Amino acid sequence: MALLEVKNLEVKFGLRTGEVTALRDISFTLDRGQRLGIVGESGAGKSVAAFSILNLISRPGYISGGEILFDGKDLAKLSTKEMRYIRGNRISMIFQDPMMTLNPVLTVGDQMVECLQAHTKINREEARRISLEKLKLVQIPSPEKRLDQYPHELSGGMKQRIIIAIALLLNPDIIIADEPTTALDVTIQAEIMDLLLELCTSQNLGLILITHDLGVVSQVTEQAIVMYAGRIIEQGPTKEIINDAQHPYTQGLINALPQQGIPGERLNQIRGSMPPLHRIPQGCAFHPRCDYADAICEKELPGFTQSGGCQAACHLVAGRIALKAKAEETH
Amino acid sequence: MTSLVSIKNLYKKFPIHGDLLDQISFSGGKFHLKHEYVHAINGVNLDVDKGEALCVVGESGCGKSTVARTVMGLLSPSSGEIQYNGQRIDNLSPTAMMPYRRKMQMIFQNPYASLNPRMTITQALEEPVRWHQPKLNTAEVKEKVAEVMASVGIDPSWGVRFPHEFSGGQRQRISIARALIVDPEFIVADEPISALDVSIQAQVLNLLMDAREQRELTYLFITHDLSVVEHFGTRVAVMYLGALCEVAPTRKLFSSPKHPYTQALLSAIPRLEDEKPDFIRLKGEVPTPVNLPSGCVFHGRCPHANERCKQEIPKLLDVDGTRVACHAVEEKRLG
Repeated sequence: MALLEVKNLEVKFGLRTGEVTALRDISFTLDRGQRLGIVGESGAGKSVAAFSILNLISRPGYISGGEILFDGKDLAKLSTKEMRYIRGNRISMIFQDPMMTLNPVLTVGDQMVECLQAHTKINREEARRISLEKLKLVQIPSPEKRLDQYPHELSGGMKQRIIIAIALLLNPDIIIADEPTTALDVTIQAEIMDLLLELCTSQNLGLILITHDLGVVSQVTEQAIVMYAGRIIEQGPTKEIINDAQHPYTQGLINALPQQGIPGERLNQIRGSMPPLHRIPQGCAFHPRCDYADAICEKELPGFTQSGGCQAACHLVAGRIALKAKAEETH
Repeated sequence: MTSLVSIKNLYKKFPIHGDLLDQISFSGGKFHLKHEYVHAINGVNLDVDKGEALCVVGESGCGKSTVARTVMGLLSPSSGEIQYNGQRIDNLSPTAMMPYRRKMQMIFQNPYASLNPRMTITQALEEPVRWHQPKLNTAEVKEKVAEVMASVGIDPSWGVRFPHEFSGGQRQRISIARALIVDPEFIVADEPISALDVSIQAQVLNLLMDAREQRELTYLFITHDLSVVEHFGTRVAVMYLGALCEVAPTRKLFSSPKHPYTQALLSAIPRLEDEKPDFIRLKGEVPTPVNLPSGCVFHGRCPHANERCKQEIPKLLDVDGTRVACHAVEEKRLG
């Protein structure tokens, strides 16, 4: 059994005007040493998915269905105390904005020691020694000096390295990184991604990387999930998704990238924009923007169809696969 | 080709020393006043030719937005000149500047902040027309607003709505409409698509490209996203710490980057076909613009730096059609 297994996860937010479903039918597995990318545009639900794994959804949101099995235990059903043991210890998280994540009034060393002491019975010296070791692991220049510095004395790239070091403090099994490089420059982004990739291999970590950047997903992950309006619309090996996307939305997303276009020519755009969660259309949520939409797409929610190593939630793909199977039968 | 906008030897520094009491410092038995500046732009020379889309790229803090704002006259240069059609405009009085304000328009990064939340879209779009073309009567203004709204893909009947009723992409279209409505010749776009999603980015880029073709616009396009530059720009200027490293036609810059910083920047773009992150690793970090390094601003991080780089500021020199500021390239030690 996989270390982390998410099964049909559903998250709802109760609003005054009624409930909206932010996530539905999310299923995936992750083991140590595996790297999974979750891609989608803002509002697709990728951050909600990450937060719900650690049970960090706060009211009015709640997990309304499905299971998050970690080591055989359902995280959605754990008590606050039991959950605290998991958070930071077994599964840790790296957030988007390094400027907001660190406490500005504590030195880096204090924050690291605090985190260690919250989880283990350990004295200050020992905690500082471990902190220093982790700072060396994330290849920060002059790590001894950093322990006694405040966050404002550090650059964005260095802060993100420290956050990664904090995430590694208790030797977790899985790291969830929610847009870890969005706030950083390209050259720093490349360094941080390289570091994450190296750490996953050397420490045998499982990584869930949440990003809107398909380029980053293709560089770092082995498996990928594409989300749209709270649902998974395509999932499978990253290489296959990038090179041979099945779902029209994934295709559109890849073709809309400027690096895929011919310089100076118009880009291939997807018309319209993603619907807000309380106005998700009937049938396939993508149908109003889809060039291939059919009558069935407006009525029926598509299920997953296996195509190669990928699964896509699309009537078109289902139709194509069915045709192919039929042709092979008659052959 | 004639240049529409010329930036001549531009310097811009911002004081950070505060008022008198903050400036006083005591050392060596004496009181003295301490003056500290952020050197945002250090000697930039750049011509924007008519009809081109010149992209300025660089990392955060390199001064690209300051260049944009100084060109627009939103900031005044510390020294140097901005010329529009050969006429110096950085020292004009607000009244004398008026005709140029109509010809030059700006699109800002964040469409959530650049539209007045208390004005309807029609009000926001009518205001610049009434101001710059007071001779038009109400019907003509309305017609113009409707026409521009339609051209950016916003239904004119939505004019009664407020900005919060639109999505990010739609708001950016409205910001573009607001810039286009006074029939400008020159548009400065400061990271116009950075706040938008991939599928919306493509829509807005297409809109900007169409507008350029139909209205014969000239763009100064500020961005940190090199893949957008490759697609959109006709010419690229790479900035680092307030100085230009390299200016070249887009295709040339991407096929044969000369400056070591440009090479590092290009190698860091995450590409779909990449198996893993593969990039030129620069040592250290961007130095602070308060105490600029001597000589070439890049020398502390450059793998090819020598003694001369530490002392002498390199000039932009022509090397096979590319203008590059690098001693190593000039001495043929590199590329």
